Amino acid sequence: MYTETQIIKDTTQFSSNGHEGELVINVGPQHPATHGVLHLVITLNGETIKKVEPHLGYIHRSIEKMCESLTYRQFIYVTSRMDYLSAHMNNHACAMTVEKGLQIEVPPRAQYIRVIMDELTRIASHELWWGAMAMDLGAFTPFFYAFRERETINDIMEETCGARLTMNYMVPGGVMADIHPLFQQKVKDFIKLFKSKIDEYDELVTGNIIFQNRMKGVGLLSKEDAISYGCSGPVARGSGVSCDIRKLYPYEVYDKVAFDEVLENEGDSFARYMVRVREMHQSIRIIEQLIDNIPEGDFQAKTKAVLKLPKGEFYTRVETARGELGVYIVSEGGTTPYRIKFRSPGFSNLSALDHMARGSKIGDLMAMMGTLDLVIPDIDR
Amino acid sequence: MFIKEYLTDIYKGTKSLLTGMKRTGYYFVRPREIITEQYPDNRETLVMAERFRGEVVMPHDANNEHACTGCTACELACPNATIKIITKFDITPEGKKKKALDTFVYHLELCTMCGLCVEACPTAAIKMGQNFEHSVYDRSQLTKKLNNPGSKIREGVE
Ligand code: SF4
Ligand code: SF4
Repeated sequence: MYTETQIIKDTTQFSSNGHEGELVINVGPQHPATHGVLHLVITLNGETIKKVEPHLGYIHRSIEKMCESLTYRQFIYVTSRMDYLSAHMNNHACAMTVEKGLQIEVPPRAQYIRVIMDELTRIASHELWWGAMAMDLGAFTPFFYAFRERETINDIMEETCGARLTMNYMVPGGVMADIHPLFQQKVKDFIKLFKSKIDEYDELVTGNIIFQNRMKGVGLLSKEDAISYGCSGPVARGSGVSCDIRKLYPYEVYDKVAFDEVLENEGDSFARYMVRVREMHQSIRIIEQLIDNIPEGDFQAKTKAVLKLPKGEFYTRVETARGELGVYIVSEGGTTPYRIKFRSPGFSNLSALDHMARGSKIGDLMAMMGTLDLVIPDIDR
Repeated sequence: MFIKEYLTDIYKGTKSLLTGMKRTGYYFVRPREIITEQYPDNRETLVMAERFRGEVVMPHDANNEHACTGCTACELACPNATIKIITKFDITPEGKKKKALDTFVYHLELCTMCGLCVEACPTAAIKMGQNFEHSVYDRSQLTKKLNNPGSKIREGVE
């Protein structure tokens, strides 16, 4: 067992246990570049990274355990607090699992609304990532430009769902309330605004030579490694792994809309960056196809007041902004789950960081972490 | 050869930098496109969205009547034990005993604004309010009683 002082001594001084010249430094848990309470223990040889060890648990709230004491209606709201930038998708996955267990048919109107909301959230999440990514590399202005458009989405969310981040809008059987009368118009206005602004992003950041030099060829992750580390979402697609749940296992109305799965084959930081930027265009494409065609009808299926899942195991997955989120419920037939497990995308994506970073320079580490798009509460839960 | 490459790099770098700066300059001279709200200064004119979930409130009409029957559905729906319903027995004019609401205790400090209680209420007696400025100096001030003193249930609500 270490005492506290020993740990500090061991990790901040030149270690003398046979690894001459190695330096161990701690980044975090309170460090602005980790975007949360992530603690990285980095072993360096000069400026070269030899090992990156993430230490987790600083924001563990035991959401899975908490869910076991909540009913099938109540547990959904907690999942907004996992990956708070994909709150809609988290809620969506949970609602879908309950619907699968109870075999509830979701009305088409609710399906359309859900998908539009998911895609709006994806754009908002990628926008925030884009701003934060540029900020990690020292460019401050893009952050504000990204937030300007993101704010428009948040306003739309606020108007229809009642909250800006932790919406809790998806309920088993549909959505909590019908869309706001101005929703369709506002979304169309947003699409127009976004299309006029997205070129600015390329102008400001993508085309910048300094930015490209810091991204290209850095943080390489091969296709095989991406698969073996269990990466998903834009991180895996940047390495050429086709893994978009929306395409491979379509849910709701994703099989009715035309969109492309964005793939880049380079596997470096720039590829992961480009995947997300191009995904924003695809999300816009999906929303455009749906927004005018929301069918009339109920926004929520009729459900019993008390939901009881039959005995058994249920698993569903959705594509969040970060990758594949799986929700696994074991039910004993009662009103609360016996066990819930979330397969969060951030955790697997983070595990590839060590592999990516070995051998590169310490200055590139933050750029690599930025392209992983980590949300720490999603990793810890 | 090396010098040429070096100079090309500098040229390209400067060019891409200027492209970005042009965009920043564009907004610098067009303050109309700035959307920032000066929040504490615009408190008077700030309008929150109608559905915004800021706190749970119980609307009362002009006769100081509410629609809560004291059925505790909201209490059961709340994931955080935020609501505590205390009931009493009223004597109806016919001399029968009838369950009624005595106190609606609302712990704002435990509330996560999920809106499940409002969804669960069969008589729409509670709704989400738009006020979001909840800071107080003492935690006990956050425990609220939602039904007004002397209020009673509206005629005809079952
Ligand atoms: S909004 Fe949610 S947390 Fe707050 S009182 Fe209602 S059910 Fe409970
Ligand atoms: S507020 Fe509504 S749900 Fe809660 S006790 Fe009153 S009538 Fe029942």
